Amino acid sequence: MTQQNVHRHDRRFGYAMIAPAVAIILFIGLFPLIWTLLVSVQNISLIDEDTSFQGLLNYQRLMSDTRFWEALGHTLLFTAVALPLELILGLALALLFLEELPGRPVFVALLVLPTVISPIVAGAAWRLLFDNRFGPINQVISWVAGEPVTILWLNDPNFVYAAILIAEVWQWTPFMFLLLFASLTNVDPSLGEAARIDGAGFWRTLWSITLPVIRPVIVIALLIRGLDLFRIFDVIWALTKGGPGTRTETISIYAYVQGFQQFETSYTAAMAFVIIVILTILVMAALKRVEIAR
Amino acid sequence: MRTAIRFTVALLVTVLFLFPIYWLFTISFKTPDEIFSYPPVWWPSSFQWSNYTVLFRDGDVVTIWNSLVVASVSTAAAMLIGTMCAYAIARFRTGGDHFSIWVLSQRMVPPIVVVFPIFLLYVKLGLVDTYLGLIILYTAFNLPYVVWMMRGYLQEIPREIEESALVDGCTRLQVFTKIVLPLARTGLFATAVFTFVFAWNEFLFALVLTRSAVTTFPVQLTHYFGGQSNFWAKISAMSVLGTVPIFLAVAFLQRYLVRGISLGAVKG
Repeated sequence: MTQQNVHRHDRRFGYAMIAPAVAIILFIGLFPLIWTLLVSVQNISLIDEDTSFQGLLNYQRLMSDTRFWEALGHTLLFTAVALPLELILGLALALLFLEELPGRPVFVALLVLPTVISPIVAGAAWRLLFDNRFGPINQVISWVAGEPVTILWLNDPNFVYAAILIAEVWQWTPFMFLLLFASLTNVDPSLGEAARIDGAGFWRTLWSITLPVIRPVIVIALLIRGLDLFRIFDVIWALTKGGPGTRTETISIYAYVQGFQQFETSYTAAMAFVIIVILTILVMAALKRVEIAR
Repeated sequence: MRTAIRFTVALLVTVLFLFPIYWLFTISFKTPDEIFSYPPVWWPSSFQWSNYTVLFRDGDVVTIWNSLVVASVSTAAAMLIGTMCAYAIARFRTGGDHFSIWVLSQRMVPPIVVVFPIFLLYVKLGLVDTYLGLIILYTAFNLPYVVWMMRGYLQEIPREIEESALVDGCTRLQVFTKIVLPLARTGLFATAVFTFVFAWNEFLFALVLTRSAVTTFPVQLTHYFGGQSNFWAKISAMSVLGTVPIFLAVAFLQRYLVRGISLGAVKG
C-alpha cells in the first residue's frame, strides 16, 4: 500500500469507529432540540392537539409567567450560595489534609462517600435527619438550647432553604475537596517554601502562589458543579418536591410539573428552549471571564 | 501539638460528614418502636434484619435488580461505542477538535430538556417502561463521559507499539481489539465503574420513563415518601441496599477516583 492509501484507509476506519457514537448522540442531542423548537411554536396540550403555527405565543406566555422566573431565581440562588460554600469548605478541607497526618488515606477515603451516593438516597437520609420529631437535628438543637425546640425544617419557609443547602453542600463539598486535594498534592512544595522564606505568611502564600497554580482545576470543578446546580432536581425532589407551595421550585422541577403533571406540551417545549438559551449565555459568560482573567 | 489539633479537627469533620450515612444505616436495623421513639435513639438496642426481609417479601428488591440490569447493560454499551469513538479521536483526530468538543458539550445539556421529547417519542415507539428504553437513554447519556475519559487514557498508549503490529500484518481493527484494548484495561475498568455509578444513581430519566415494570431503586425510594405516612424502615433499608454496591465499587477505585470525577482534568 502506498502512503496515501494508508491514510485514506485510516480515515475511513476512523469514521467507521465514530459512527455509532455520533448516531446515538444525535439521537439525544439533536433530535430533542429540533423537536423542542418545532413544538414550542405550536399549541399542543392535554386538551388540544393544535399543530398550527402559533408564532411566539408560548414564549410571550413564559415572559409573563412569574412562577417560571421565580423558579429561575431559586435555581440561581441555590447555585450562588452552594457553589462558593462548597469551594471554600472543600479548599479548607484540602488544606487541612495537605500535610502528612496519621490515618490520612482513611480520612480521605471516608470523606468521599457522600459524593458517590445517589442524590435521592442523600435526600432520604436528610429527610430522616430533619424530621421535626424523630430526627436527631432538632434533638441536638434542643440540647444546646436547653429546652425542646421543634423546627419544621422542610415545611417552614424560613428554614427550607437552609435544609436543602445543608444537604446539597454536605453531598458535594467532598467532591470539591477531592479535586482540590489531589491538585494541591501535585503542586511542587518548594514554591510555597520559597515564598515563605521571602517572608510571605500562610494566607499570602495561599492567595499568591498556591491558588494561581491550581486555578485550572478550580475552574473545571466550578464548571462541573455549576452546571449540575443549574439543573438541580433530585435532592430537592426528595426533600420538598419544590414545596412548601412553590417556595423551593427550580426550573427543572417547574418544567417537570408543566410537562408531566399539567401536560402542557408546547409550553414546556418553549420553557426547555429558554432554559437552553439561558444556560448557553451563562456558560459563554463564565468561559469568557475565565479567558479574560487568564 | 499542631498535628494533634489538625487530627482532632479532621476526626470531627469526618464524623460530621459520615453521620447522615450512619443514621441511615442504623435506622435500617431498628425496630419500629425505636425508629419512632421520642427522643430519637442513636444506637439500636439490637440489630435485626426484618426491615430488609420485608423488602424481599413485598418484592420491592426487584427495583434493585432493575437498576442492576439497566446500569450494567448501558455501561457495557457505552463503553464499547464510546471507546471506539475515543480511539478514532485519539489516533486519527477523526472529526477534528470541533467534534471532540461537541461530544463533551453534550454533557452540559440539562436532562429535563432532553427527557420531555424523548418521553413523547418513547410513547410512540412503545419504549416507556422497558429495559431497552432506559438502556438506550443511559448509554447516550454516558457516552460523552466515556469518550472524553477514554480519549485521555488511549493517548497515553505509545503509538510505536501499534505501528510495529501494523508492520507485522495486523489490520487496524485487530490492533484495536488485540493490542490497544488490553493495554488500556485499567482505564477501561475505571471509566466503566464511574459510568455504572452514574446510571445506578440516575433519577430523573427513570422517574419519567418507568411506570412499574422496570422501576429503578431511586424511583422506588421516592414512592415511600409522602405525607405523614413515611415508611422509614423501608426508606432506610432500600437506601442501604442501593448504596452498599456503590461503596464497594469506590473502595476498589480509590486510585482512579480523582481522575474519574474531574472528567480527566486532574490526573490522580
